[in-house]
Amino acid sequence: MANLTRADVEHVAHLARLGLTEEELARLEGQLNHILDQYAVLASLDTDDIPPTAQTIELANILRDDVVQPSLPVDDALANAPERSGDHFLVPAILGGGGGA
Amino acid sequence: MAALLQAGEVSSRALAEAHLAAAERQNRALNAWLFIGRTEALAQADAADRRIALARREGAAALAGLHPLCGVPIALKDLVSVKGGQATAGSRILKGYVAPFDSTVTARIRAAGAVILGKTNMDEFAMGSSTEHSAFGPTANPWALDRVPGGSSGGSAAAVAAYHVPVAIGTDTGGSIRQPASLCGIVGLKPTYGRVSRYGIVAFASSLDQIGPFARDSRDAALLLHAVAGRDERDATSAPVPVPAELLALPPGDDEAASYLKGRHLALPKEYFGEGLEPGVAARVREAVAAMEAAGAVVEEVSLPHTDYGLASYYIIAPAECSSNLARYDGVKYGFADRSSGEFIADYLRTRGAGFGAEVKRRIMLGTYALSAGYYDAYYLKAQKVRTLIKADFDAVWAAGFDAICAPTSPTVAFPIGAKMADPVAMYLLDTCTLPVNMAGLPGVSIPAGLSDGLPVGLQLIGAPWSELSMLRLARGYEGITARAPWRALEPAELPLTDDPTTPSPIERNERLKTGAPARGPGSESRGPIP
Repeated sequence: MANLTRADVEHVAHLARLGLTEEELARLEGQLNHILDQYAVLASLDTDDIPPTAQTIELANILRDDVVQPSLPVDDALANAPERSGDHFLVPAILGGGGGA
Repeated sequence: MAALLQAGEVSSRALAEAHLAAAERQNRALNAWLFIGRTEALAQADAADRRIALARREGAAALAGLHPLCGVPIALKDLVSVKGGQATAGSRILKGYVAPFDSTVTARIRAAGAVILGKTNMDEFAMGSSTEHSAFGPTANPWALDRVPGGSSGGSAAAVAAYHVPVAIGTDTGGSIRQPASLCGIVGLKPTYGRVSRYGIVAFASSLDQIGPFARDSRDAALLLHAVAGRDERDATSAPVPVPAELLALPPGDDEAASYLKGRHLALPKEYFGEGLEPGVAARVREAVAAMEAAGAVVEEVSLPHTDYGLASYYIIAPAECSSNLARYDGVKYGFADRSSGEFIADYLRTRGAGFGAEVKRRIMLGTYALSAGYYDAYYLKAQKVRTLIKADFDAVWAAGFDAICAPTSPTVAFPIGAKMADPVAMYLLDTCTLPVNMAGLPGVSIPAGLSDGLPVGLQLIGAPWSELSMLRLARGYEGITARAPWRALEPAELPLTDDPTTPSPIERNERLKTGAPARGPGSESRGPIP
């Protein structure tokens, strides 16, 4: 079905926000193509009239009353943050000039 | 254990001390535990002792009101949140993370009064079938220390097989409870999708993940399932289906247990006995089915025609869901973060590149590709349609009146550490007998069915949705008819070696494999390689 090139692998790695080494990219090119070859078996099945299955138990939406429940205290939620500023997660700037945090 | 605890003949503290001592002594050679929490465990054991003493003073009704697991040691796979404790999911990216709350499973285990001894090793983010993909080194199989315990819940399975705990929690996305149970010679149950709340569990593939018990017999597995199962408002996918109290009352007597087999309709799917199945595994499974037939079960061959498409469709759906779930590891909210470049995208790439291991990266890449523009219909949508066909195969079996499907759990017995690490597809093939069950959302239990080449073989019983009680009764029936089989008396062959400080650890074995140096020490040259 597919023949992933090195450029494809680099593109997908960027979409997935994975920083990969040259060695990893080279190895993945071979491995991903080998795995994608296994997917080819699916093409032989006619599924035009088959609906997709996303969940297996037939649960309808379960609603609850809109009542405020206790939730995680802010300090607990921030306790694992690499950097915090007051009651906020500190993140690097993503807009303007490419400057750091 | 419950009877001794409630009679006051043994204290929970004494049980915890004895089990902790074994775990601490043998973990160097097994690497089954990533964390052993002695102080916390002893505090929980003392609390359980107080609960039991109070109930004894209050009388028989109060004692009967205690959960049978009150005071009993338990292990949790290291992706279950325990407030104030680690939850690495076997990954560098979660090293140092401290869980800010208890998972629902943890809360229910605490409510039952079980004593959490620690957290067990696993393939990173539960992706793998050998526990070799852990960032903290592989786990050894107590039956043969140079072999894998299976995965991804290999640490939990090894800890139960090694008598460090009588019960443990695992998770199963494509076989991660049943396959290690099979390879370690214990019982492992994957419940129906929706049976157990996943609140507070590190997610892998959300339409497939389920939490379930490990134990050394079906009765203990039923007790742990009873403790953790049931609707939870905090997990919208947990189903409002009643949890049967009969899980607490599987028959203790072998003859009574065996009588349940009479008249049960068992299906033998021919596709599960094809190419790739080791002859020794096929022989044990067929013998087990023949024994149940001799005890009165009615066995018939059936066909699950889309079985061969399971692997490909699973290895699209699971990576696709994982690529989405693992997008949360961005170095902002928690976990490892590399902010050395000061540039947002570059730091993002570095954080994830250094935080994830090879198998997780492979699956994120596969999933991202399968979901990317232009490929969604060809891969993800196609796989979801094939999933419908796989589920319909199973539905036809239940519609035909069968009580259960009998199959091998794993096509192989435990294989040598390192044997399948170079070829991802060879590792994926180990899930062929288990992953269709996740695709269809069904319950499945693996139970020991003897040995092949001195290593355990698992029999898998697959049931209709919500039929865990029936599956465990069947499992208990099989235990009843094989109670006096010679293999039942066998212990994990190389467990005694784990007391020997010269036995190499699995990490040392792995290093020697990589450098090509000959392995030395006990448990290294006992067996030839499996081709």
